[in-house]
Parts: sequence; structure tokens; C-alpha cells
Amino acid sequence: MNPIVHALVIGVPLLTFLMGGAALATWFERRFSGKMQTRWGPTVVGPAGLLQPVADALKMMQKEDIVPRAADRTLFNLAPLFPPFLVIASAAVIPFAATIDADGAVKATGVVADLDIGILWVMALAGLMVFPIWVAGWAANNKYTMLSGMRMVAQGISYEIPMVLCALVPVIFAGSLSLSDIVAYQAVHGWNALSLSPSAIVGAVAALLFFLASLAEANRIPFDIPEAESELIGGVMVEYTGIKFGIFMLAEYLHTIVASALTAVLFFGGPLGPGPAVLGLGWMLGKTLVLFVLIYWIRWSLYRFRSDQLMDLCWRILVPLSLVLVMLSALLVAGGFA
Amino acid sequence: MTEFPPRVDPHFDIEEYDPEADLMALNMGPQHPSTHGVMRIKLFLDGETIVKAVPYPGYLHRGVEKLCEKLTYVQITPIFDKHDYVAPMTNEQAINLAFEKLLGLEVPLRARVLRTILAELQRIASHLLWLGTFTLDIGGTIGGGASMMMYTFREREMILDLFEALTGCRFHYNTHCPGGNRHDVPEGWETVVKAVLDAIEPRFDEYEALCDNDIFLVRTEGIGVLPPDLALELGQTGPVLRASGVDHDLRRDAPYHAYDLVDVRVAVDDGCDSLARYKVRVAEMRESVRLVRLLLPMLPQGPIVGSKPIKSLIQFKAAAGQVYVGMETPRGELGTYLIGGGDQRGAAPYRCKIRPPSLHAMAALPYLLPGHFLSDVVTVLGSLDPIMGEVDR
Repeated sequence: MNPIVHALVIGVPLLTFLMGGAALATWFERRFSGKMQTRWGPTVVGPAGLLQPVADALKMMQKEDIVPRAADRTLFNLAPLFPPFLVIASAAVIPFAATIDADGAVKATGVVADLDIGILWVMALAGLMVFPIWVAGWAANNKYTMLSGMRMVAQGISYEIPMVLCALVPVIFAGSLSLSDIVAYQAVHGWNALSLSPSAIVGAVAALLFFLASLAEANRIPFDIPEAESELIGGVMVEYTGIKFGIFMLAEYLHTIVASALTAVLFFGGPLGPGPAVLGLGWMLGKTLVLFVLIYWIRWSLYRFRSDQLMDLCWRILVPLSLVLVMLSALLVAGGFA
Repeated sequence: MTEFPPRVDPHFDIEEYDPEADLMALNMGPQHPSTHGVMRIKLFLDGETIVKAVPYPGYLHRGVEKLCEKLTYVQITPIFDKHDYVAPMTNEQAINLAFEKLLGLEVPLRARVLRTILAELQRIASHLLWLGTFTLDIGGTIGGGASMMMYTFREREMILDLFEALTGCRFHYNTHCPGGNRHDVPEGWETVVKAVLDAIEPRFDEYEALCDNDIFLVRTEGIGVLPPDLALELGQTGPVLRASGVDHDLRRDAPYHAYDLVDVRVAVDDGCDSLARYKVRVAEMRESVRLVRLLLPMLPQGPIVGSKPIKSLIQFKAAAGQVYVGMETPRGELGTYLIGGGDQRGAAPYRCKIRPPSLHAMAALPYLLPGHFLSDVVTVLGSLDPIMGEVDR
């Protein structure tokens, strides 16, 4: 197939899914937290409040667009554009479906761009995510946003390391950086984090660490110190109004969806599961949804770490542990166990 | 004996700090979600570490003490509701205790027991609100803290419903007057109180389970350590003082109302930190439940107001002399100092001075904050539980 046509055929539904999913995520989060807190959440707009995201988006677009006088106008206006772009771009390499070849081999499909360096692409974009946030914090010329931007940089840089190291574990197992190959490997050897092979123990721990690190990357409680509204009010978003603020929020919700999808692909088999390969899309979405709900569950149950405790956790526990995991997985592969 | 860190000099000149350091002055408040009202703390930050903290109260000053000089004793009571707007019941009682002492009025036993019950219920309600906002400070408005707050407010609503049944108001009751209470207990109120207590008490276990998680502990343990000697020097009272290991409670040490009829088990903790203040307050809520259970059957029959009807109280004039009455509100010792007007001033007092426990709690901030991180400001401030309406008056 022509690559442009291919990208359109898969990319447009993917984009629709992500954007619609992010909008629904805001509704879901409010309903879910409402249920957790003995209250209702949105119920008025539409059936069960389902049209609330639309109302919110319309409201945000109508808000006055305020740029602080002392702010760096160009950077201030530019910063909100990048987070959603980076998140959506990283979703391009995630396979969402699977097919079975004539010779019985499972092949992951439903991917916009099946790059050979899929993981590298995702991690590079995740690394870039620090910049727009920092730029936003700096450009607003506010002490709170600047503190928040600095926290974001510190947290982003630190948590990237365990995240990359844990993502290396399935890479070592599969011997490939491509996400499709990792799925194909799991079709033969069982899910990385859930199977009977001895490698699954390493895979499960890596999955846990990867999930924690992606929580930190997505600024979710208990790692949301850059946003910390108790002391920093709203983090880098303090000075943003209207739809620019909305775009930041959108990126955050997109981030949780993509992080869940990525964890599902890397460690839980992605589109694999019992039943015919046609169900692959359903399996993938189901696994994403489970992890996604887990993120919100954690968010509305836990308190927040302090920034220094966050760094402690990362450098003293997560980084050494993930290094050990990488070595163990290499040993397992060399020993022929995986 | 635990080792305490060396005492901070709150008046330390910021110019003398390491000139190499790139200090940042950060005004936290008066418009800030976590300063519990309108309060400003000027922070000098070295990175995220606090070098010096200067609290600036006064954004909510309404000149109430001056206003009292124009009003009669009966008119003053509803104004006192608005000082500590989280615990209006005890504030009313404090000023009325002072009036009664000044005017030499006898309060019937039924009113005294009822006042004790109301004070204890108010303590539970106030501490519940404190617990909710404290976890909100630690856990965030979009997160686990908010969940905790919703739960504590659910229980607080039950107590406010009790007050509404009694006085018709959920918040600013104006139910006390010199010499007794305005509203007598409605029929069946005692059974409702018992039912509410039965519903609330098991929830304290849930709160303790919710707060018994590692993140809560690392955020509160060793944060804002207030040694007992410093606490006494700064005039701390109430849970803040008791969490510093000083066993002092006016309910037991200088009983008023009907506290002499029951024995108050005072909660004391040696931790001196934010966690200790949390523990003391939760223990106090449990103790309050026990006290209300003890006092409910003791509620005697009889009049609820003293011999003089309220109407004649408005014309009270001849009350010269001065009194000081201290009372244990949920936040600590609320002192009321009154100089009676005598014949010249009519029914208004000559001078009224309030000693709010929150103001003294805030005075500890410059000692507690330096050396901590920016995130700890909200923890420390929350654990001291200041109410700005009371601080500024």
C-alpha cells in the first residue's frame, strides 16, 4: 500500500480515537472520582453527563485569552502546541491490531508507521516532552511556573532513565526495537509480564517499574509535583487561560492513554489474546482501558510525594532496580530461558 | 529525651546569608489555595529550601474588638460566631462565659451540660474539617486528598444537621446568651445525636487506615518540629501544644461548663511534628465522642436560661470591672478579656480583647519553616490549623 494512504487509513482513526478518548477521559475521571468520593460528578449535560467534555471545550474556547504583560509572548504562545503533538506522534508506532499469516505466524498491524526503531522513537519524544513544559514555565515569567518548570525538568530527566531501562527488557527479549516485533515475540513466547516462562518474573517487575515511571512522566499523582496545586497552585499552567490551558490538559489525558497503550504492548501482549486475531483490536483497547483506569484509581487514592522524596525514589530504588532487571534479562536470553 | 534541631532565629537578616546563593523571594498568598484563607507568607528560597519565612496576617482584619465597644452584650454574641468560622459554637460560648463572669450570672445545669455537649460536637466537626483540608494540602485538590476531604465532610454534615435541628442554623448559630441558651433541646434530639455518634465513630478507623500509608507518613513525619520549650514560649495552646508533649488542657485543668462532671482524657503526643498534631487531633475526636456519650444521659430537666429573661439582659448596664476567661476551643485556648462599661458606657463593654489560639500558632511559622522544602510549607501550615478569621479578627 502507498505509505501515505496507509497512514491516512490507520492514522485518521487513531487520531480520532485518541482525541475522542481524551475527551471521554475527562468525563470518565470526573464520574469515577465522583463515585469514589460519594458524590455524583457531571450529570447534567447530556445522558449521564456524557456531553460535559464538549461543554468544557466550548467554555474554554470562549474564555478571554490573557498573556501576562511581562511574559515572553512568542514562547508563551508556542509552548502549548507541542505537548499534544509529541504525545500523538509517539502513538504512531504502537500496533493496535494483529493478523495471522498463511503460515500461522502472528503479525502486529494497525500501526501508522512500523518503525524499526519504534521504542527509540517513543523514548525520544518522551524526552522532548520536558522542553515545552519548561518553556511554558519560563515564558510565563511567574515564580510559581518557573519552580514548576524546574521540577518538571528534574523529574522528567530522572524518570526517563528507569523508563528507558525497563523498556529495554522486552527489547532484549525480542531482540528488536520495533514494537511489532515485540508483539510477534510475545505471540510465540507468551506475554512478557504474564506467562509461565521464568522471564515473566523479570518482565512483571519491569512492567511495574515502567508503569510507575510513566506515571511520573505523565505527571500523575503520586508523582505530580510539577503541578502540585497545594503549593504551586497549578504548575506551569498558572498563567494560561482558555483553550491554551485546555490544550495542556488535553495533552495530559492523551499522555495517560498513550502510556497505558505502550505498557500494554510492551509487557501485556498488546493485541494478543485468546480468540481469533480479529479480536486483536478489542484486546488492545481492553488492556489499555484496564491500565488507564488503574492510573485514575491511583490518582484519586494517594497523596503526593515531595520533590526530593521523588528523586530519592528514582535514583536510589528505581534506577538500580531497573539496571538489575536489564542485566537479568540479558542473562536469561544468553542462557536460553527466554 | 529526643534531640531537637537548633532553634531558628526568625529575625535573621537575609543579607547575611551566603552571598553566593541565588535567593528568591516568593510571596505565598494572600490569594493562594493553601494558605487557609487570606494570609501571606513571604518566603526566601534557596533553590526549593526555605531560608526565612515571614508571615503577614491582617488581610481579614475587621476591627471586631473596637466594634464590641459599641454593642450591647447580647448583640456581641453573633459577631463572635464569625471569628473562628470553623467552630462558631465554641466562640459564642467563650464570649458568653466572659459576660456571665462579668455580670455575675448563674447558668442552670441543663444549659451547662448542653453547652458542653455542643462544644464537644463542635470539636469533632472542626477537627473533621481540619483533617479534610490537611490531607488536601498533602494530597492535592485533584487526588487522594480530595477523596479524604469528601469523606470528612460527609461526617461533618451530620453534625451540622444536629446543630440545625437545635438552633435552626447550620453555621452561625447565635444560640448562647448571657445566662443560658436560647434554644432548648428539641424532642428526640438525644437519640439522633446517639445515632450520629454511632455512625461517625467507626469512620475514624477508616480515616486512620487511609492516612496510614507511606506517602502520608513521609510527608508528615519530622516536618515542622516544635519543641515543647519553644511551644510554651510562643504561647501555643490546644492540639499544637499537646502534640509537643505538654499536657495542658483547660477542660481538665480549669473546668468550665460541665467539664467538672466528667473526666477528660487529654491526648498528648511526644512527636512534636506534623504527624503528632494529626494524631492528637484524631485522638481528640474519639475523646469527644466518648464525652458526648457520657454527657447525654446527664442532661437534667429544668430551665435552659437563668433567672433573668433575655429581654432584660439587653438593658444590662451596671457591670464595671474586668474579667479574663479562657476556654478550650478546637484550636486551643480562646481567651476573652472584658472591661465592663459601668454606668457611663451603658450596656456596651469598655474594652474587649480576644486572645485567639490561631494567631499564636501562626507565630510559630518563622521557627518551623526554615530548612524545609517549599512543599512542606503547606504541610506545616495545615498542621497548625490557623483560621484567618480568628487570627485577624
